[in-house]
Amino acid sequence: MAIITAQPAQHGTGSPRTIARKKRPDDTRLAVLLILPATLGLVTFYFWPLLRGIWLSFTSWDLLSAAQFVGGENYVRMVQDPVFWNAIGVTLHFVVLNIGVQTVVALMIAVLMQRLTGSILVRSLILAPYLVSNVVAALVFFWILDFQLGIGNQVLHWLGLDRVGFFTSETWAIPTAALVNVWRHMGYTALLIFAGLQAIPAGLYEAARVDGAGEGRMFRSITLPLLRPILGLVLIISVIGSFQVFDTVSVTTGGGPVNATRVLQVYIYENAFAQFDFGYASALSVAMLAILMIVTFIQYRITRAGQTDLN
Amino acid sequence: MTRLSTAPTRIQTAREDGATSMMNGAGATPPVRRRKKIHPGRIVAWIVMVVILVITIFPFYWMLRTALSTNSALYANGTSLLPVDFSWGGFLRVFGLQPIDEAIADGGSGAQLDFWRYLLNSVVVATGITVCQVFFSALAAYAFSRLTWRFRNVAFAVFLTSLMVPVIFTLLPNFLLVKQLGLIDTLLGIMLPSLFMAPFAIFFLRQFFLNVPIEVEEAALVDGASKIRVFFSVIVPMSAAPIATISILTYITAWNDYFWPLMVSYTDDSRVMTVALGAFKSQSPQGGPDWAGLMAATLVAATPMIILFVLFAKRIVNSIGFTGIK
Repeated sequence: MAIITAQPAQHGTGSPRTIARKKRPDDTRLAVLLILPATLGLVTFYFWPLLRGIWLSFTSWDLLSAAQFVGGENYVRMVQDPVFWNAIGVTLHFVVLNIGVQTVVALMIAVLMQRLTGSILVRSLILAPYLVSNVVAALVFFWILDFQLGIGNQVLHWLGLDRVGFFTSETWAIPTAALVNVWRHMGYTALLIFAGLQAIPAGLYEAARVDGAGEGRMFRSITLPLLRPILGLVLIISVIGSFQVFDTVSVTTGGGPVNATRVLQVYIYENAFAQFDFGYASALSVAMLAILMIVTFIQYRITRAGQTDLN
Repeated sequence: MTRLSTAPTRIQTAREDGATSMMNGAGATPPVRRRKKIHPGRIVAWIVMVVILVITIFPFYWMLRTALSTNSALYANGTSLLPVDFSWGGFLRVFGLQPIDEAIADGGSGAQLDFWRYLLNSVVVATGITVCQVFFSALAAYAFSRLTWRFRNVAFAVFLTSLMVPVIFTLLPNFLLVKQLGLIDTLLGIMLPSLFMAPFAIFFLRQFFLNVPIEVEEAALVDGASKIRVFFSVIVPMSAAPIATISILTYITAWNDYFWPLMVSYTDDSRVMTVALGAFKSQSPQGGPDWAGLMAATLVAATPMIILFVLFAKRIVNSIGFTGIK
């Protein structure tokens, strides 16, 4: 973030601006006019909802009558709510599987692309799943992994293995949803990492090769360490996205079987739009906000994403 | 964030890289004058790459293959790689072109996608969001990059903080606001929160506006152009490529959004493609779903994005590198 603000800001210094100044001495008026729509959006749809969401979490409100201030009641209820804690667990389970597999696969794809081909066609094909919505991705895999007819289970059966209820068993539903997400995002993540790989000077690899280093050694000693800042940012972005999982689960399992895939967002949605309990849903959202902030902060510290070793 | 500023050079390196490796490839394939020894590791690497590509592409093919089959044949012969008992029935059911009784006999629910309606809704929403958001963000980015005014850095820092607000947290309160404004179940209601700006678009465009050479701007100013004129006739044309990039990315994001439109729309009036597809799935008969119809619907819903991708693949792929935080 610091780098954007550190950009050379004073373009207009020196004599030419004096000319401009004479013609239009007052940039402030124009500037205010230009940022007016954006400011309206910022205040109305970012800052105001932030405050309102926090305020609502201290109320009881079903949309019909007026909101009633209830203090920390929603939070007390939340701490005692087993479904909430289950949702946290399920969400974490999802995030760990999703991000773990996704990062490893994406890193592998990126390195393969770097070492094998710069073809736009390959990169386009890799990115293709990202272009379709989560709903489309979820439904395709809902079919491919169907218990009876899905080609996935047919292949398992053909291999002499037992069929797996990918979306219907409590054990498999979350891993399956995580893998659907991996499928949709691995190419996108790979391209982000690929861009980071391009910034590593090719000379380093040449020097290493002259010294007799193999591909594996170069990966461990050059690629990974120099990729760390990019990898850190990519991780932060994808973890934030992963925590907010809703679409994939909502259109396939809808939270079931039992509570096996009731991730936090699905639980929030149900409380708001099925129970019309906006106060409690808001409290759950605040919990999500807090978790995201803590996780981001920890990740930022661990990966030292803001610093580079490339000096 | 460093990537933002170094982006153009990096793209260039990527391209050169591509060119050289393609040349390498051409030089290595003919077995006659093989200069480079084909390393067994490279073969393994290519095999892995091809496997990944197959995993990536297969589901798209499987959608098409299933959509062109009949449900009864799918039950009997699920593993054939080609469509079984080829039929347009799935697509006909989706578009409501098959008589209801025939559709139900073929395993459909009788539900249909009012495809053109949802397509129109999605186009209106995604276009409206893209045009307004990019335009207003560009105006703000211009004020934050090329104008001199007193509170510029403070105001910009305030805008920066909005990046920290997870969009997901704003959804419930924004829903309440849209409800109070009486815009529930309208396309405007779906678009409203995204119309005025996106923090990312502002930062992205500001970065490129800063790179427009000051001399060009000065020349225009000397010729008597106003600052706002400079924006439209100098800054925007010279930043056409990044503006196109951010527009395409905004369009894709808006098109694929599901959660927010799901909250706001109740009827066909404001139902966009993603929400319609979810509804179509939930209407599919439980136990024996209309797979051919469902996959036809899924493919139909994905088609506009696939077309967009085919047209702009190169630009989209190249843009990913320097939009890291999107």
